[in-house]
Amino acid sequence: MDPVVLNTLEVILNGLMAGVMYSLVALGFVLIFKASGIFNYAQGVMALFAALTLVGLQTGQVPFAHLINAIFGTQLHHFGWELPSILAILGSMAVMILFAFLVERYILKHLVNQEPIILFMATIGLAFFMEGFGDLMWGADIKKLDVGLPQGGSFWLEEQTAGWASEGSDYYGMYIDVLDVWATMIAVALVVALTLFSQYTKTGRALRAVADDHQAALSVGISLRAIWVIVWAIAGFVALVAGIMWGAKLGVQFSLSLIALKALPVLMLGGFTSIPGAIVGGLIIGVGEKLFEFAIGPMIGGATENWFAYMLALLFLVFRPQGLFGDKIIERV
Amino acid sequence: MFYREAGDFKTSYPADAATFPIAFDRWRYFLVIGFAFLVVPFIINDYWEKAILLPFLIYALAAIGLNILTGYCGQVSLGTGGFMACGAFACYKLMTAFPDLNIFFIILLSGGITACVGLLFGLPSLRIKGFYLAVATLAAQFFLVWLFNKVPWFYNYSATGQITAPERTIFGVAVTGPESPAWATYLFCLVFVFVFAWVARNLTRGRNGREWMAIRDMDIAAEIIGVNPLKAKLTAFAVSSFYVGLAGALFFSVYLGAAEVGEAFNIDKSFLVLFMIIIGGLGSIFGSFVGAAFMVLLPVLLKNTLVGSLGWPSDLAQHLQLLIVGLLIVGFLIVEPHGLAQLWRLAKEKLRLWPFPH
Amino acid sequence: MKTGAFTAMAAATMLAAAPALADLVIPTLNYRTGPYAPSGIPYADGFSDYLRLLNARDGGVGGVPIVERECETAYNTEKGVECYEALKGEGALVFIPQSTGITYQLIPKATVDQIPVHSIGYGRTSAANGKVFEWVFNYPGTYWDAASIIVKYAMDQSGGSLEGKKITLVYHNSAYGKEPIRTLEDLAKKHGYTLNLIAVDHPGQEQKSQWLQIRRERPDFVFMWGWGVMNQVAVQEAANIKFPMENFIGVWWSGSEADVKPAGDGANGYKAVTWHSPGSDFPLYADLKTHVYDKGNAAGDGTKVGEVLYNRGVFSAIVTTEAIRKAQEIHGVAQITPAMMRDGMENLDITAERWAELGLPGFTAPIKISCADHGAPGLAAIQQWDAAAQKWTIVSDFYTPDEEVVQPLIEADSMAYASENNITPRSCE
Repeated sequence: MDPVVLNTLEVILNGLMAGVMYSLVALGFVLIFKASGIFNYAQGVMALFAALTLVGLQTGQVPFAHLINAIFGTQLHHFGWELPSILAILGSMAVMILFAFLVERYILKHLVNQEPIILFMATIGLAFFMEGFGDLMWGADIKKLDVGLPQGGSFWLEEQTAGWASEGSDYYGMYIDVLDVWATMIAVALVVALTLFSQYTKTGRALRAVADDHQAALSVGISLRAIWVIVWAIAGFVALVAGIMWGAKLGVQFSLSLIALKALPVLMLGGFTSIPGAIVGGLIIGVGEKLFEFAIGPMIGGATENWFAYMLALLFLVFRPQGLFGDKIIERV
Repeated sequence: MFYREAGDFKTSYPADAATFPIAFDRWRYFLVIGFAFLVVPFIINDYWEKAILLPFLIYALAAIGLNILTGYCGQVSLGTGGFMACGAFACYKLMTAFPDLNIFFIILLSGGITACVGLLFGLPSLRIKGFYLAVATLAAQFFLVWLFNKVPWFYNYSATGQITAPERTIFGVAVTGPESPAWATYLFCLVFVFVFAWVARNLTRGRNGREWMAIRDMDIAAEIIGVNPLKAKLTAFAVSSFYVGLAGALFFSVYLGAAEVGEAFNIDKSFLVLFMIIIGGLGSIFGSFVGAAFMVLLPVLLKNTLVGSLGWPSDLAQHLQLLIVGLLIVGFLIVEPHGLAQLWRLAKEKLRLWPFPH
Repeated sequence: MKTGAFTAMAAATMLAAAPALADLVIPTLNYRTGPYAPSGIPYADGFSDYLRLLNARDGGVGGVPIVERECETAYNTEKGVECYEALKGEGALVFIPQSTGITYQLIPKATVDQIPVHSIGYGRTSAANGKVFEWVFNYPGTYWDAASIIVKYAMDQSGGSLEGKKITLVYHNSAYGKEPIRTLEDLAKKHGYTLNLIAVDHPGQEQKSQWLQIRRERPDFVFMWGWGVMNQVAVQEAANIKFPMENFIGVWWSGSEADVKPAGDGANGYKAVTWHSPGSDFPLYADLKTHVYDKGNAAGDGTKVGEVLYNRGVFSAIVTTEAIRKAQEIHGVAQITPAMMRDGMENLDITAERWAELGLPGFTAPIKISCADHGAPGLAAIQQWDAAAQKWTIVSDFYTPDEEVVQPLIEADSMAYASENNITPRSCE
């Protein structure tokens, strides 16, 4: 085969992988939007907070060490023990559940039946709060996240594909990051688990009922508040997964919260209310932006990915204003 | 007691429809304006100018612009940063291309250019609604920033892409550049903000404003009663972008003096201005001022209190500041979801009856 | 509301603006929060610790205690402006903006206010021309020096010639990242290598396209002008595509512990240019330990000591306090003004012996600033990361920059600035 074809294939493959990583972040948005109509601006910060908590627990950091030291003049920073990854993940999960409970108790409960933009603003306040709180609790420094996931280019694929190119051409085999393959498997598992949960459990059915119609759900005795806690806890879990996958790439630091920006075009394209939409949208955006950067980028100076993702989503929206899989917008006067 | 309508008789329609129907309100307004124009320029210093008043005025202008689009016409936009960049770069190009043109007109022209760009990016709003539109306007944000960073013509082929405002004067007094006195830059911005806040207030009360509000409240119904959605949405985008462009031009030329597009006009700006109007109150000119004050002044106030007065380490203070701002946003929304302007309105309602509420 | 906020603010600023004219006021515009905090924290710790050492051990400089005024910028330009306006009234001797964006803001303002600005290895490169930029300093080196030094090093590595080699520059798509492009282009003409530019947009958490491109093109060297999260991702991706790390060289803001640690073993062998040694094997650190750390007076939690950026903070504090000493010497008064500080900076001369006296023998090259050259000496070496030992080591001699290429560029850019802003260059004789 011609190396150009192979290179294009490689770009597409890696685009798909990048897309999965975007989807992981987008999933959290969709879950909350579907169940409560809230566009959760704090999702990125939740991922950061979850990852910070995970690393903090793993390495035995003293929470609020800096604050305590400043007030009492002590010299605390670490407890001196290290938790195994699995315990730390469970611990972070517990923290995210507690977080979901507190959000419902102190914010959402008071804002029932408000307009979407007000709820959106409330999540912005929440994001500000968590940014400050997370840094105060675990410090603003960069941390290495290691839960034992493999990382690096795959030798296997490289060797398999190196011979595909036509004789005499410079071709080094195809590249794929093992971490991305893991991310894909985890994303698939996550979507399957979410689907099973919402199809076959009682809580899951309640969730879907709430997503369909708040008032009807209320009238058959489903507790909206309990559902919201559950949804935010699940979104917290998804944020933890996204935080782990992205944190392995970036290190755990403030910029981790900016991954939310990569998820927005995915949401737009896939529709705010559809879980398959988040996945398919992610894949389309991933492939689209990578191909554009590969083919057109060099001609217009590169670094096009940030805006092209949005342009691509915009293009789709012009034809389907509710996103690919979003609920049809029905308008009545 | 003092704040009442009794004895305040309206004898004509204009008097009845006035912005400040109550005499007390009117006097308070004149007092604030008089103070801003006649007293502040004499007591202002560099710190007040650069750290507090200029950012407040300029953000208030941007917030009015966004409020026209989002608060009055119901089209959520996250492209404010991009449009501000557009105003700033238009201003820079005009300043360097026509050194003799008065800065006042340059700023107005920059607003005009931004209005045209806004019009273009407003086109998708005819089909896309709600949060989908918000995210779609991010395309404008990212594309414009990329463009101004990528095409060297916009920054006159300088090595790094930084743009620096040369000195320009009005009546012989510098209003841009490092030598400009604090009172001059302050007055220059204040004139713009005063005039255009007044225009905005009257625009939103007139035919255009009512069309925008009809579209906001229910676009299909508005269409049925004869509002042209194409015209209403696009005029809202154009007028809003004009304001945001003005703010961007002032932000670059008068306030910062030098700017780099990726840093000064990034996505955070878009969010910041949106926060201002939601916190201040959607669909309220006064709310835009309050929102800008909240988001600009509160962090400075908190910083000065925590670091300056209490002597906390500055990084802890910064974390706490984020935490407190977040809490206050949530708190205010729970107390009054329609923004600080609504709180103010309610306070006035209560004042009318005070001290005999029954 | 307007007036209400007014009075509240007035009260707060009154309290904040109490002038402390009896001491040497050094403002520190730190960024211990925000997206760049991982770089800002060690630097701020190093800077503060050294000042605290001077106060504890010597009672300040020339008998006058140093007052450090910390102001958090979170690397945000507007916050930086606020800090500048708040602190300039407090007798600040010199502003070290710690951000390229803030530097550009302060250059015209501080020139008018007559307060020196010292951007240490960043900011506006052409400010090295002291004839035009009287109040701005950027010693010990500029990005253009760094670019030419990296090219020299690469040349040495490939046997003395770069003819026909392929070099790729991965850069942060901002004013900072674009700095080295012109220099590298001019050097490409001189040395005959081909230069390929790859921009990474802020913040740069996703660089798959860029590194796939590098993998396809197999350049001989990759240079990086990265910042923030971009660094960590780039090092990780370079390791992933198995790019030979010893041919991957970053600028001095892409070569700290924070940039390589998240990538683990993969980062082993990655190089960066630097103008000072990493590590804490210097006599000064014993003093720091007795006078600062052991007294519980350290600015940070102690984990950063000896890191690259911590040492850079110490370096900055030393050149600042040495300039104060010089100013006191020239003017014969202990309590100096910003204008005297400027003279001190312009006549700064730290010899190798002086560095040894300060407790840092062999830490960095001697520094001698002159009226015309505010960016001297421009010397730098290459350091390499050892992932097993978790430390940076210097692996080359100190190189001199390629003045032949860099000087004309500085001349052209600073003269353009002078004509835009109606500045008549000083004669410097």
